[in-house]
Amino acid sequence: MKIHEYQSRELLQSFNIPVPGGVVIDTADQAAGAFKQLADGGATLAVVKAQVHAGGRGKGGGVKLVKTAAEATEAATTILSKNLITPQTPPEGVPVKKLLIASGVDIAKEYYLGIVVDRAQGCPVLMASSEGGMDIEEVAANTPEKIIKEPIDPDKGLLGFQARKVAFAIGLQGKQVGQAVKVMMNLTKLFLDTDASLVEINPLVVTPSCDKHPQGEVLAIDAKIDFDDNAAFRHKDLRKLEDPDEVDASEAKAAEFGLSYINLDGHIGCLVNGAGLAMSTMDIIKLHGGEPANFLDVGGSATEEAVTEAFRIILADDGVKGILVNIFGGIAKCDTIANAIVGAAKNIGFTVPLVVRLEGTNVEPARKIIEAAKSEIPTMIVGSDLTDAAKKICDATAA
Amino acid sequence: MSILVDRNTKLICQGITGSAGAFHTKGCLDYGTQVVGGVTPGKGGQKDAHGLPIFNTVSEAVAATGADATMIFVPPPFAADAILEAADAGINLIACITEHIPVLDMMRVKKTLSQSKYDGQRLLGPNCPGIITPGKDGATPGSAEAGCKIGIMPGYIHQPVGSGKSGKNVGIISRSGTLTYEAVWQTANQGLGQTTCVGIGGDPVRGLNFIDLLELFEADPETDGIVMIGEIGGTDEEAAAAYIKANVKKPVTAFIAGRTAPPGRRMGHAGAIISGGEGGAEEKLDALRDAGCHIAESPADLGTTMAKALGI
Repeated sequence: MKIHEYQSRELLQSFNIPVPGGVVIDTADQAAGAFKQLADGGATLAVVKAQVHAGGRGKGGGVKLVKTAAEATEAATTILSKNLITPQTPPEGVPVKKLLIASGVDIAKEYYLGIVVDRAQGCPVLMASSEGGMDIEEVAANTPEKIIKEPIDPDKGLLGFQARKVAFAIGLQGKQVGQAVKVMMNLTKLFLDTDASLVEINPLVVTPSCDKHPQGEVLAIDAKIDFDDNAAFRHKDLRKLEDPDEVDASEAKAAEFGLSYINLDGHIGCLVNGAGLAMSTMDIIKLHGGEPANFLDVGGSATEEAVTEAFRIILADDGVKGILVNIFGGIAKCDTIANAIVGAAKNIGFTVPLVVRLEGTNVEPARKIIEAAKSEIPTMIVGSDLTDAAKKICDATAA
Repeated sequence: MSILVDRNTKLICQGITGSAGAFHTKGCLDYGTQVVGGVTPGKGGQKDAHGLPIFNTVSEAVAATGADATMIFVPPPFAADAILEAADAGINLIACITEHIPVLDMMRVKKTLSQSKYDGQRLLGPNCPGIITPGKDGATPGSAEAGCKIGIMPGYIHQPVGSGKSGKNVGIISRSGTLTYEAVWQTANQGLGQTTCVGIGGDPVRGLNFIDLLELFEADPETDGIVMIGEIGGTDEEAAAAYIKANVKKPVTAFIAGRTAPPGRRMGHAGAIISGGEGGAEEKLDALRDAGCHIAESPADLGTTMAKALGI
């Protein structure tokens, strides 16, 4: 599960990680008030930021620097008035419903701080870099030596000496070190306590010297947090942070029925059991010249009802010109799938070509069900094996 | 020969009274596995539908039955604890079938199991179909023709060692369940038997990995070739490729699922995601190709590619 930046900031604050002042608004007429509130706190400029999950907001005009209340209102009006298009959104963009107006901060230097799961080591790993504010993947690709990594004990968390080691390694000095150590330890605590799968502060900044902080202040300017969905059962409070507008409606509907569905851009719908086979089915479609319209794993314990719903979801996509059903029965039984096909033909109706390939548990009764239903489902074609099925659906849907 | 499990393996099921645990316990029994009991806390002293004894704890089950393997069907919130209980009771092979275990729980399990007192004990999974050393489907458990099925795979598709018309046998390692069945089916159709088929699971943090099993299959005299099925996400296939290049003489057929998967999206399996410029299929395929693996370009070519590599 992903959350918005303003929610991530609130979470950081609750774990005692300092962030600049900020106000969340959902209409443009609140912008001036928000700016004044920040100005009263000493801010001389502010940043108006669109709250959408997609990255690259700045490139799409979703982040604007403002110096007055009037400018804040103008920026808010502009951003809220249309869909935000960034390199990470669909071509039509996404609607913006909330804005974060955050105090502008003078920056002496930017850093990167993140925690991810190191799959190979089987533990969380803290990553830090002196190259903050940039795309960290680019830093990793071009100057990997500038990323400092420190493994985290999943039971004990980050230890003090580890945090100090990292702080010195990225070039922090004097009082900044103590502040950064606190941020790292608290960020680790956040990661472990909330079952996060990714936490990222980019940039973490040091402010210029001032009376209150002669050696600068360490602040988290932008944050990104993802959570492990498998741990949702012990974080009911965090689930409330999920923004239903950011969840694909078809994918959410599929999840209700225990289906794992991901919408893609192609024209051949796929209904498969097992994630690996579902991915491979997409691959073999592409190999034979087609484009998959979705990833869909009906799972091991698929009921007729769930499979029928799967067909409904696939066919709701206007781009779908044909469907490939690929089942290797293990726990999932071929006859259940065959009955679901017949049922879906009655309840939904197949107007597009449907190629069916069944193998594994209960395949013989399933073949009989399919054979008997052929006359009722004129668009249905039987695939004798995986390649045959892939070729047939690609041929049947070729423009 | 086989790896890890055979007809002498004594299996218990943790979560034997749950619907999935009960169903697959029967499946394993019917196939010919020596299932000797099960564990459900609070139901100790009872018997299941097949007369198998149920125990409150794994250590009681081990003391009473001599079990050396377990399959875990415990729900996700309690599964990590079930794994550690099995390890503490000295179980040699712990196959965790449960899906959707929090990653943090698995990281903590892995750390605990890395202690030297657990040396020689192995965790398979989680989120995996299990492991099977094929035998005659329906054989009397423990008999000469029996195999050992631990998990949820359809037993009947497997081909016991030496029973394929080619006389050759392969070992199968896979991150995906249904793709393992596909590999079994296709290799059997090519006249190949299977020594052992292992599903290592679709989670990002897991027990046995490609390298552990490559080592075992390389050392197994009856395994002539190895089918390795990876998928997008992580870098375990790259690590396996380096291992193969340095250590594996037997022909390896490799397939990677997810060449068409979009970056940043989790493709069903918790571990199947291309992220941070890492985990893409092409990098994995390049590494495996460079290691001399025989690449199956299509998931339909697993059997033919393996057969060809074995000169059949």
